[in-house]
Amino acid sequence: MIVRKSPAEIAQMGRAGRIVAETLALIGERVRPGITTAELDAIAEEFIRSHGGSPTFKGYRGYPASICASPNDMVVHGIPGSYTLTEGDLLSVDVGVTLGGFVADSAFTFPVGEISPESERLLEVGQHALDAGIEQCRAGNRLSDISHAVQTVTEEAGFSVVRSLVGHGVGRAMHEDPQIPNFGAPGRGPLLAEGMTFAIEPMITAGSPDVVVHDDEWSISTGDGSLAAHFEHTVAITEQGPQILTGAAVLLR
Amino acid sequence: MPVKEEKIEVEGEVVEALPSTMFRVQVDGGHPVLATISGKMRKHYIRILPGDKVKVELSPYDLNRGRITYRHR
Repeated sequence: MIVRKSPAEIAQMGRAGRIVAETLALIGERVRPGITTAELDAIAEEFIRSHGGSPTFKGYRGYPASICASPNDMVVHGIPGSYTLTEGDLLSVDVGVTLGGFVADSAFTFPVGEISPESERLLEVGQHALDAGIEQCRAGNRLSDISHAVQTVTEEAGFSVVRSLVGHGVGRAMHEDPQIPNFGAPGRGPLLAEGMTFAIEPMITAGSPDVVVHDDEWSISTGDGSLAAHFEHTVAITEQGPQILTGAAVLLR
Repeated sequence: MPVKEEKIEVEGEVVEALPSTMFRVQVDGGHPVLATISGKMRKHYIRILPGDKVKVELSPYDLNRGRITYRHR
């Protein structure tokens, strides 16, 4: 059942979302060759807590850190550790913040130093796919209109959409109904309405859509070793259309 | 943080072995499904032959394709 939120609740999610956005912006400033993903995690956790929020991911189903840091062919759920960023890497960072009982969730794939033209294209298309999905978050549309928009943008650019991982409703819990796949025919699924709050998160690859889970039972990488990108925003459906709750001036290189 | 899509688990019998370790599986009470072998089964070199009774995971978004996750004795 899709739980709808009142304007006051959406405002509270917006406050959590602002911390998420600022955390991602801060990580973006610190991403450079030589830094480890563990250092980025520590920076994020410190920032979140000092702003009164708590890192949603830490302890969630046993997840050990505050952010997910997934380099190159890793799609999501990379556990921060000793991995050291190198020039040319792509690093997908996912952040969740709980504030006042509500959760906001967002992700961004950062370029590390100078990256290849194909990597640049992957990042551009990923962001464009997210924008296209968000654009569909309007009352009166159907859930799969979002999925279809993400898939169309991604595949028209020659990239693939990961099938087995999906976006989700978000609110008092990190994962709420509905599941929001990044592919599918339009016009299907529940009718969208004001008050719904979704985490829209296209996960795209430069090769095949198949993914594999590592032995740590968390990190997920592309099956064929191709590069992956992940972009996410928490979005509320309002009378005026989609409202991005995790938007901010995220620094782009 | 994304969620793994909800999978539907069904039982079936392997009808045919196809190239690239794909199998056609007749799902109980349903239509035949094109299935791959799960990574865990590959890792442990578990062989699958026509006639085997297997557990298949299906995506709710594509009921014609699945993943064989278990072979019954």
